[in-house]
Amino acid sequence: MLTKPNVARDKVLVSVRGLKTYYSIRGSFGQRLLGREAGFVKAVDDVSFDLRKGEVLGLVGESGSGKTTLGRTLLGLVPATAGSVRFEGREIIRMPEHELRALRRDMQIVFQDPHASLNPAMTIEDSVGHPLRIHKIAKGRELRLRVAEALETVGLAPPEQFLEKYPSDLSGGQKQRAVIARAIILNPVLLVADEPVSMLDMSVRAKILELMLELKRELDLTYLYITHDLATAKFFCDRIAILYLGRIVEIGPSKAIYADPKHPYTKALLRAIPEPDPLRSVPRDLPRGEVPDAARPPLGCSFHPRCSAAFEVCGFESRDLRELLENRWAHMAGDEYDAEQALIEEIASLDAGASRVRLRAGKGASGSDVQRFLERVRSEDSEEPFWRGVRRMSADGENVEIEWHEPIEPRLLDVGPVQVECHLYDEDALAEAESRRVGASLKTTLDEQSPPNVSSD
Amino acid sequence: MTSSPVVSVRDLRVYYGTLRGTVRAVDRVSLDIEAGQVLGVVGESGCGKSTLGRGILGLLPEGAVSDGEVLYEGRNLVGTSPRELRRLRGPDLGLIFQEPMTRLNPLMRIEEHFSETLTQHEPNLDDRQVRRRSLETLGRMGIPPTRFRQYPHEFSGGMRQRIMIALALVLRPKLLIADEPTSSLDVIVEAQILSMLADLQENFGTALLLITHNLGIVAEACDRVAVMYAGQIVEEGATRDVFSEPAHPYTRELLRSTISLATTELHSIPGAPPNLIDPPAGCRFHPRCPNAMHVCATKNPVEQGLDGGRRVLCWLHGPADDLSEGALSPLEREEIQVADEA
Amino acid sequence: MAVPARAESAPAPRRKRLSGLRRAFSPVTEARGMTRTMLWLGAGITIAFVLIALLASVIAPYDFDTFQANGQRFAQLEPPSSDHLMGTNVQSTDVFSRIVWGTRTELKVVFVSLLLSITIGVPLGLFSGYFGGKLDRVLVLVMDALLVFPFLLLAIVIAFLLADKVGQGILTAAIAITVVYIPLYFRVVRNHTISIREEPFVEAARALGARPLTIIRKYVFFNVVQNVPPLATLNAADAILTLAALGFLGYGIQPTDGAEWGYDVNRAVSDAASGIWWTGLFPGFAIVLLVVGLTLLGEGLSETINPVLRKRPKVDVDMAPPSGVEAQTR
Repeated sequence: MLTKPNVARDKVLVSVRGLKTYYSIRGSFGQRLLGREAGFVKAVDDVSFDLRKGEVLGLVGESGSGKTTLGRTLLGLVPATAGSVRFEGREIIRMPEHELRALRRDMQIVFQDPHASLNPAMTIEDSVGHPLRIHKIAKGRELRLRVAEALETVGLAPPEQFLEKYPSDLSGGQKQRAVIARAIILNPVLLVADEPVSMLDMSVRAKILELMLELKRELDLTYLYITHDLATAKFFCDRIAILYLGRIVEIGPSKAIYADPKHPYTKALLRAIPEPDPLRSVPRDLPRGEVPDAARPPLGCSFHPRCSAAFEVCGFESRDLRELLENRWAHMAGDEYDAEQALIEEIASLDAGASRVRLRAGKGASGSDVQRFLERVRSEDSEEPFWRGVRRMSADGENVEIEWHEPIEPRLLDVGPVQVECHLYDEDALAEAESRRVGASLKTTLDEQSPPNVSSD
Repeated sequence: MTSSPVVSVRDLRVYYGTLRGTVRAVDRVSLDIEAGQVLGVVGESGCGKSTLGRGILGLLPEGAVSDGEVLYEGRNLVGTSPRELRRLRGPDLGLIFQEPMTRLNPLMRIEEHFSETLTQHEPNLDDRQVRRRSLETLGRMGIPPTRFRQYPHEFSGGMRQRIMIALALVLRPKLLIADEPTSSLDVIVEAQILSMLADLQENFGTALLLITHNLGIVAEACDRVAVMYAGQIVEEGATRDVFSEPAHPYTRELLRSTISLATTELHSIPGAPPNLIDPPAGCRFHPRCPNAMHVCATKNPVEQGLDGGRRVLCWLHGPADDLSEGALSPLEREEIQVADEA
Repeated sequence: MAVPARAESAPAPRRKRLSGLRRAFSPVTEARGMTRTMLWLGAGITIAFVLIALLASVIAPYDFDTFQANGQRFAQLEPPSSDHLMGTNVQSTDVFSRIVWGTRTELKVVFVSLLLSITIGVPLGLFSGYFGGKLDRVLVLVMDALLVFPFLLLAIVIAFLLADKVGQGILTAAIAITVVYIPLYFRVVRNHTISIREEPFVEAARALGARPLTIIRKYVFFNVVQNVPPLATLNAADAILTLAALGFLGYGIQPTDGAEWGYDVNRAVSDAASGIWWTGLFPGFAIVLLVVGLTLLGEGLSETINPVLRKRPKVDVDMAPPSGVEAQTR
């Protein structure tokens, strides 16, 4: 296993506080004609963490989690909307470009796609040596010596075999080695590695990871390892932050997270990794659906629509009802579906994303028909977490009014060695849910609700 | 398994002409795909696994030549006219690609995609039947009927891939070839789709040839696995057997170098896959093989059958007769430079 | 760390830069079939015209405005003969000589106008595409406005405006044509720059601390520049036509400044009615031939260089087993 040096462990290299990176999005043609902003995507939404000197911190998440944007914002490659990033005590956010350029000697990045991260029109010598030229450190013969040295360090030996080559002459692994050589030639302190091995073949991944561990020891580097792959992260990282829709949902020492994942999303991710050893593979129970549209995130906890442990205060809302009905209809025969679908005038009216909605009945149906239908759906699958979130349903002429419990915004809480952003570990949220449940059962006589299955760990 | 194969591939070769020479992307591959079975073809990039999938369907790019036999319902698909192959593709042989967005027409509703596909191959269906068949297939893939009239861009990546799969399945093909169907998707969605693919047999009775580089996916979804190296199948057998006790050194090394949650130390295969223009003599894996013997460098290995319908292309498993003295002694390996790797 | 001694022999950087350019155009040597034919035929015609232009004083028997030799005036409108290979025109000048000298004029104007439009259009496109924002919007608007104009009308207006200040010489004609073509280079270069800008290697350069100018020069330019030669060649063909049209309409090169094919064709219009074919046919044919040559070259170049149009070269496939490997016993 790795030996991790304990020197200067606690010195914070990068300190991130309340970082937000929003992208404005282009709307439809009509909106653009009218010059209206269509809104924004919260790619990174209020993220705070410390990166200590000499450690490997993994940022793990699926596409759309904001992990790549976070890495880029940290390096000042993408402008932040708000918050602070301090690198060795210096604030990077809103630092003037020329100061930032000088600072880039100390922080480097390795990209996912080795085939696209080298300029196809430059030789390996030019590419790897360009940082030296940019920062006016070496040129000519000395540059060549330094490049040769860097190439040797990353295992491209003998270097003269590679100096004159173009990226297209190299294999994927060799290119990634050259990219790493370019990143370390300035002796940086921090290396952001954005999925450095995910485009490489299995038999090459281990070599590149090994190289990176070696470099870390030799050059005293600190890594921010961005990945979607929990398996390599487990091996590679000292600490791990799990991201979901721009927020850190769980962060802590890798050992603790892998041994005992706390957040339902972390659990789901770990369960989803395909296991090559047939003797170890376990039956899956996977969360439904996909990562939601970041431009219109769910209310409350972003993960609640996919979470099997979600309860009253997690943020259930109208869109969840649409999904529930659609999932039901997907597995239904045509006639049955036609009958049920006809009860509701316009399913798209649920797209508002509100905690309270008036749903109009279809032609020839009344509000109470719809309510009876929804009650039936509930009774057929009362374990479904969605129904915990429903506070009240009442028919009113041609409409049925549905109200969900007000969401509580989740917050990052200390749970043992890790921090988790989940109501299951929030005493206040649990208590609030309990009191609402009592209130609801006083009002509703229709059925008993099952308590949320709060895991005991 | 007692059922007869849906497709039998015998001695299939697919060669490409390039300016630097002929690339032997698929070199004498034989395999059987049984009805309702999920067969995984696994290997590193450039091993010829994608070309094999396309070669079976006759979907080869310009400049490629194939030879050998792909037997489907008693006829050899190699040499069948492109028109006839087009007629078979869809109702008999389906294909799913890696990138779903590029395969759906952005200007056509999902409904139109289905009705076009169905009416083209089954002109006798009326509108009601088309709708019923489409909705049923989409439902099995978890796409609700409420979204039948939407456009491709209104769906997420995972849903698009499900739609693509449904579009292939709506014609009830006997064999579906899926080339890295999930590699552009997130882990959880990937797992969702894989569990659906693994259930194809129950729902549709379709055999599946799953091409992937991910050994985990094979272990989870496939009944049998064929491991490809440098254009050849080096080992084939039931997934459980092959992965728990790999017979070919390449399979073993590939499994060891895969990083999974159980990985405690990194392992890699020295060297790099050979170029397929001028592959090494004898066994193509011998320059990288820790178990290489003298015979491996000179003579092509002969396929050997093992228990449980397994076969392996490696001298470790024989035949030992008519080999000269010392042929089975270990081969001193040439030093492999780190730089040559990858 | 030990550094191998051989790495110390640093090669001249100039050679490297050239090899970079050579790589960008290496597909040209790999062209096959129809593309290859087009490429070489176009190149042959174009080179022939360039040679004619360079050696005009050797090839042409007379000057472009010579109407007499040895004190004797040439006959007007004389049909082709051994004295005058392509006859003479209404001004008694030798048609063949005018065509040879005209080649020089045409190529001079085209060369100057291409040089100008490339040196203006390419950098504008690079900056506009790389920096984006307001600069980009304004430039796109201006260029689009120029593109919307009927290009001949635009050239006429420019030639007309410049006629007073610069005179109706080669420069005026060249500038008139330049203005028409700047937007084309701008568009092509800008669009390519925008796609290259999103490439990870450009972001990598930013992450290395490179200045925008360095990035444009070292990372963007070389990946965009390969699109220019095909476009320039096609434009050259178009420019010949524009120049000829200007000449035909009387806004081109003044007859006293040099021979010009379009002007000659114009003068020949009235001849054609009286059965005099040589004054019009030969300059017209010269225009067509040069335009065809340049077009073939341009199309050939863009088919070989543009990755979208480029076809995988067809190579015979050797189905025999690889040499040195015994046949598989199956």
